[in-house]
Amino acid sequence: MPRIGVFVCHCGLNIAATVDIAKVIDRVSQHPAVAHAEDYIFMCSDPGQLLVQGKIQELGLDGLVMANCSPTLHERTFRNAAALVGLNPYLVEIANIREAVSWPHMKEPERATEKAIEIILATVEKVRQNTELHTIKVPVTHSVMIIGGGVAGIQAALDCADAGLEVHLVERTSSIGGMMASLSETFPTLDCPQCILTPKMTQAGKHPNIRIHAYSEIEEVSGFVGNFQAKVRHKATYIDWSKCTGCGVCMTVCPTKKIPSEYNHGMANRTAAYIPFPQAVPNRAVIDDKNCLWLLKGKCGICAKKCPAEAIHYEDNTEIEELEIGAIIVATGMEVLPVEHFGEYGLGKIPDVVTGIQFERLLAPSGPTAGKVQRPSDGTEPKEIAFLQCIGSRDPANYKPYCSKVCCMYTGKQAMLYKHAVHDGQAFVFYIDIRSDGKGYEEFIQRAMEEEKVLYIRGKVSKVFEDEGKIVVWGTDTLTGKWIELRVDMVVLATAAVASSGVNELASKLRITTDEHGWLKEAHLKLQPVETLTAGIYLAGAAQFVKDISDTVAQASGAAAKAIALLSKDHLERVPIIACVDQDLCVGCGYCETFCAYGAIAVDPVTGKAEVNEGLCEGCGGCAAHCPSGAATLTNYGKKQVFDMITTFTNGQVVQ
Amino acid sequence: METIPYFPGCTCKADALPFEVSAKAVMRELDIEMREWERWTCCGTVYSMTTDDLIHQLGPARNLIRVQEEGSDRVVTICSMCYSTLKLSAMMFDADEEKLQKLNDFLYDEVDYEGGIRVMHILELLRDDVGFEAVKERVVRPLEGLRVAPYYGCTLVRPTEAGIDDREEPRVMHDLLEALGAEVVDSPFKVECCGSYETVDRPEMVAEKCHRILSDAIKRGADLVVTSCPLCEFNLDDRQDVISSIAPRFPGIPVLYFTSLMAIAFDLPEEEWGLESATVDPLPVLQEKVLAPKDEGGG
Repeated sequence: MPRIGVFVCHCGLNIAATVDIAKVIDRVSQHPAVAHAEDYIFMCSDPGQLLVQGKIQELGLDGLVMANCSPTLHERTFRNAAALVGLNPYLVEIANIREAVSWPHMKEPERATEKAIEIILATVEKVRQNTELHTIKVPVTHSVMIIGGGVAGIQAALDCADAGLEVHLVERTSSIGGMMASLSETFPTLDCPQCILTPKMTQAGKHPNIRIHAYSEIEEVSGFVGNFQAKVRHKATYIDWSKCTGCGVCMTVCPTKKIPSEYNHGMANRTAAYIPFPQAVPNRAVIDDKNCLWLLKGKCGICAKKCPAEAIHYEDNTEIEELEIGAIIVATGMEVLPVEHFGEYGLGKIPDVVTGIQFERLLAPSGPTAGKVQRPSDGTEPKEIAFLQCIGSRDPANYKPYCSKVCCMYTGKQAMLYKHAVHDGQAFVFYIDIRSDGKGYEEFIQRAMEEEKVLYIRGKVSKVFEDEGKIVVWGTDTLTGKWIELRVDMVVLATAAVASSGVNELASKLRITTDEHGWLKEAHLKLQPVETLTAGIYLAGAAQFVKDISDTVAQASGAAAKAIALLSKDHLERVPIIACVDQDLCVGCGYCETFCAYGAIAVDPVTGKAEVNEGLCEGCGGCAAHCPSGAATLTNYGKKQVFDMITTFTNGQVVQ
Repeated sequence: METIPYFPGCTCKADALPFEVSAKAVMRELDIEMREWERWTCCGTVYSMTTDDLIHQLGPARNLIRVQEEGSDRVVTICSMCYSTLKLSAMMFDADEEKLQKLNDFLYDEVDYEGGIRVMHILELLRDDVGFEAVKERVVRPLEGLRVAPYYGCTLVRPTEAGIDDREEPRVMHDLLEALGAEVVDSPFKVECCGSYETVDRPEMVAEKCHRILSDAIKRGADLVVTSCPLCEFNLDDRQDVISSIAPRFPGIPVLYFTSLMAIAFDLPEEEWGLESATVDPLPVLQEKVLAPKDEGGG
């Protein structure tokens, strides 16, 4: 007969005020498998733990049911305590009588007491059938793959590389830098990205532990925490980067000059052979095969003739590289809602209506106008600009329900920079609320209002249209209750931020999830914001949700710290509560494969039986629930265990 | 010739009868017979749209049952508001089984409504079934040189889920007019409110709104405005006398149903043009730009 100890915690009055503890002890003690039952006011405290440990040794207990709060709080506490005195930690189980009993049933103590007894007895049934388990050890590869070369990816790469890890920084465009590289100046300090980002880019480019895979995308990822295998596709550049010096001659001679520049967000054009911007890292040219005359029609070929390094080869040099990876950090960032939306604001139709990120380029010294603010339509200096906030954000009926977070701040900054560039100009900002909740942020907005005389109007705009060379803005001022019509020269829309295109495909390759808007899902919004539900894969920056630069960099360092901690050992330890397959019962039908969200179970082609990959299995139990022959089970959650628990709740009636 | 059940609605049998005449005529030319059934009832008008209950859906629902009895899975309207009320009602019963059950229980003297009726506006039928290419082929008198501003109003494109086109930048009438050979004048006020039923109690307010819509079309060089809604037509056209009283220099502009221009472009007999509902006489501009024999410019 097993000798199980039951320990009931009062949790101060949290449990004891509702549950009749004495009655619980009395009833539980009558169970034949229970060798000892005892209560204490705070079982998680030092004396509480000592009490439990003493009884294990004194009475030779071979299983524990700890009746207290949720297992997320103290399962580990009591398992560790038991292990210290020689009891296998997986013979310790929690019966949650606080969150599941005393809190929800505060007003019905008698029923609460009965429920507590049932939960404890059911857990006794489980523990008596538990087996000793031992931590699974998996070897690790000491390298990190970072997907996305924006400021988040760069920061995470530098942190991991400085800690001695080998870093693969994968970026789909031909240069790292991301969205931040396109900004004019950054709030609230007004440093320009050229001053604060470019040095970091260079550092990443030169770091001995970092390899930048520019113009590359993730083809496939397999494996598991500590032991991922990644296939990275180096897209065809048509230029031999080992020879290219980044001199830019190909750009000068390329006759296809009318391609909207991604770096300039369509505010300027680029050539088919191009380096996205002068500070690019790596500073190498690529040929855009969707626009190159030679590659499309076999005509031209001038860049090959003129290239002093003879680096241009018009053959497809796509290459798939396989990498061994220990941890992955996803830093794919964000975009703004595409232009085809917002007909009511004339976006895409009226040339002088631009998005916030486009206006950044008109303000940037590195931009197409060298920082002179000019209307895209006629190049004149706009004397009045209306900035409209919350375009597509906080609009659940039409676009996105969430607040895009950065727009209040960058709109204030853009209005301010515009005033610096055009002294007699007037900036109007239409807003719903101003959200300036960062260090120095509120002061920055105050400065825009008070010192820079940006005119803030509280209200939304209903319509924007062109009339006789001016742009007419219809809106309301909700503070005066008046309808407003402004005639301005330019309109800047703070359009909603959205997750980067292609992130859903990437997420499914990585077996991580996105929310309904495409933002990557964290393991826990508050307590595990950089982890995903897949072990060994972390999130950094705006891929998880819109972030400004400060938050992005902080989260990137957080993700790097997680990866560094993970890879600081030679072996990884995993909780051994995973699926196992009874080889005698398995018929190899493969049902389990289709239900496994982690790719952790598969039928072995040789034996014809399903096998579990211990490194990948997350112990969800999906295969066990679906297995038609009952071969797949979850350790310590066997069918009989679960049925015996249910039978306890049904007072001995057999459940079908 | 294909036949499709046609729901006329009240106005198209009264003030907007010429709209119906021209609409039926042009569809006949495109091999579609719009067949009106007996016992059609009120579409529900604003009442079904402004109240969140079931009792005001009985109007549209009864009509949907009639369509079902006709043995068709779709119905066409020409009035934008009839389109919207019937469409929203059909969508509601398709989406909510409980409401459908309650409706059928209440209307125990009718056959059960089974759902799945597609409510279409005539513009949708032209765009999706006939196709503007086919319309273009049927044109014998292209409207070359005629500058037309399409006006969509509200119920054709709103609410978004029931609209036949983009609610801010609709194209359907633009494309149709181009198929007719007309020059399209795009006005930012093409989906701006005409004042709707406020015309009953506050004609001045409606006139103010219509003034803005029409003035912009005139400013952008339009010869006339076309619409697909009898209420819009009434407000934009008949209220021009009120506009003139508040803005004496307002020059006026004819407002027609788009089907009238189709009938003219198809060179149908004059009694099928449906110009009788126009208060501001469109004939002078039509004479000048379209109807007068074209100078062939020396061949």
